[in-house]
Amino acid sequence: MSAGPRRHLLSTADLSAEDAMLILDTAAEFARLADRPIKKLPTLRGRTVVNLFYEDSTRTRISFETAAKRLSADVINFSAKGSSVSKGESLKDTALTLEAMGADAVVVRHWASGGAHRLAHAGWIRSAVVNAGDGTHEHPTQALLDAYTLRARLGGLEGRRVTVVGDVLHSRVARSNVRLLATLGAEVTLVAPPTLMPFGVEGWPCSSSYALDPVLPKSDAVMMLRVQRERMDQAFFPTEREYSRRYGMHADRMAQLPEHAVVMHPGPMNRGLEISAEVADSARSTVTEQVANGVSVRMAVLYLLLGGSEPAIGTEDEGERR
Amino acid sequence: MTDVTVPTAAENAASGLRAPAPMRAVLDAAAVQRALTRIAHEILERTQGADDAVLLGIPTRGAHLAARLARQIAEVEGRTLPHGTLDVTMYRDDLRLRPARTLGHTEIPDGGVDGKLVVLVDDVLFSGRTIRAALDALADLGRPRAVQLAVLVDRGHRELPIRADYVGKNLPTAQRETVQVRLAEIDREDAVLLGTKPEREAGR
Repeated sequence: MSAGPRRHLLSTADLSAEDAMLILDTAAEFARLADRPIKKLPTLRGRTVVNLFYEDSTRTRISFETAAKRLSADVINFSAKGSSVSKGESLKDTALTLEAMGADAVVVRHWASGGAHRLAHAGWIRSAVVNAGDGTHEHPTQALLDAYTLRARLGGLEGRRVTVVGDVLHSRVARSNVRLLATLGAEVTLVAPPTLMPFGVEGWPCSSSYALDPVLPKSDAVMMLRVQRERMDQAFFPTEREYSRRYGMHADRMAQLPEHAVVMHPGPMNRGLEISAEVADSARSTVTEQVANGVSVRMAVLYLLLGGSEPAIGTEDEGERR
Repeated sequence: MTDVTVPTAAENAASGLRAPAPMRAVLDAAAVQRALTRIAHEILERTQGADDAVLLGIPTRGAHLAARLARQIAEVEGRTLPHGTLDVTMYRDDLRLRPARTLGHTEIPDGGVDGKLVVLVDDVLFSGRTIRAALDALADLGRPRAVQLAVLVDRGHRELPIRADYVGKNLPTAQRETVQVRLAEIDREDAVLLGTKPEREAGR
């Protein structure tokens, strides 16, 4: 357990431009490990990282697990399904259990917006908390890996125009990206049907539009969001076909993009709904790159939070230590 | 690693410390140049022409020294040795004693290190812990035929059984003294300076 102040990564709003660039530059060094015969570093030997997942996830959990293992940390995977949570254990009691086991960092995904914040600031645990997605609020490491991918593909972020399309209302990926990309100097445009545009979007550091086609020729990158059927408790659009026709990315729309523009998707994809298979498998799609970059970015976050006597990034703890 | 932060007299006065003696040059630009020329010749001599040698500098200043040695050897032999950089941050044994550090850059030349004679290059050899970390980092990159060490300054006070094969200048120092290597690529001048730590930090 480190002696210094405890820090967390809960929201991209907490990251300064310097913090974000430090994470991206550190990730760039970690990315080079992928070409080496031994992809492991001894840096976090003896530290324990708990993956606490209250929602289903493959890529985020595997990505965090790979990142922690490449830094030689011990990893405990804990998912709500098949654990005491399904017997009704509260977040608090689960947290106290993890605290008793001596976790140095908890990577938490929770269905409730603010779940990670609660875990970090309630005084239940002393470990660093990394938000791996809380409800429809934030998913900071996804935004960081998107920024990393954009920077690698476009050569920079300052002044680049990024269009985020689809189910903005339910998307924590969109919220985290808008904040981070604005911090890094990119111009973000949100495109969604009126029913899926969040209330109060005028106050966000971005512009918004209900029509996709006029925005395409001015985009350096288009980020397609997954239509989150599991969070839709009512009809937000008439039919899937109509949604796909107006807001889906397919070959005709891709042809309207500038030559250098890329198409991104955080995964998992609904092929044929928000993105066609042809686009998803094209050279302009960065989907698999995003997954690979995710490991490097999460290594950087874990290293900068846990690697030294005190964390180099993140927000200070609000409350007193127990 | 070199101590690069030298508090000014004003800073020391403000923190209530006795102002240390100013940094004194022990090697000037010409002496640094001569030392590197000699090390370049010694490498060629001791390795019989350095056929399979690879120079790896430890960032930041060791990396510049490795590039300079490669240039010097090219002037003598007419061919450029493979050279690169080896960041040892992630292998250090004092990571938990200080805030998380920014990573340096690792650049292994084409051909890798397997079966090669690797010459590690650093500016100052002190406790030997940086070199220990470098040896661990190197082991994760491949299996060199042999590893040698070249340093501009050996200031003594080893804490591990490590010694240099090529030394620019043996500089007997006290624990509370600091050695600072300045290179034109970063500091706009070549020099090796000797100073005294403020008392607060002495014996760390």
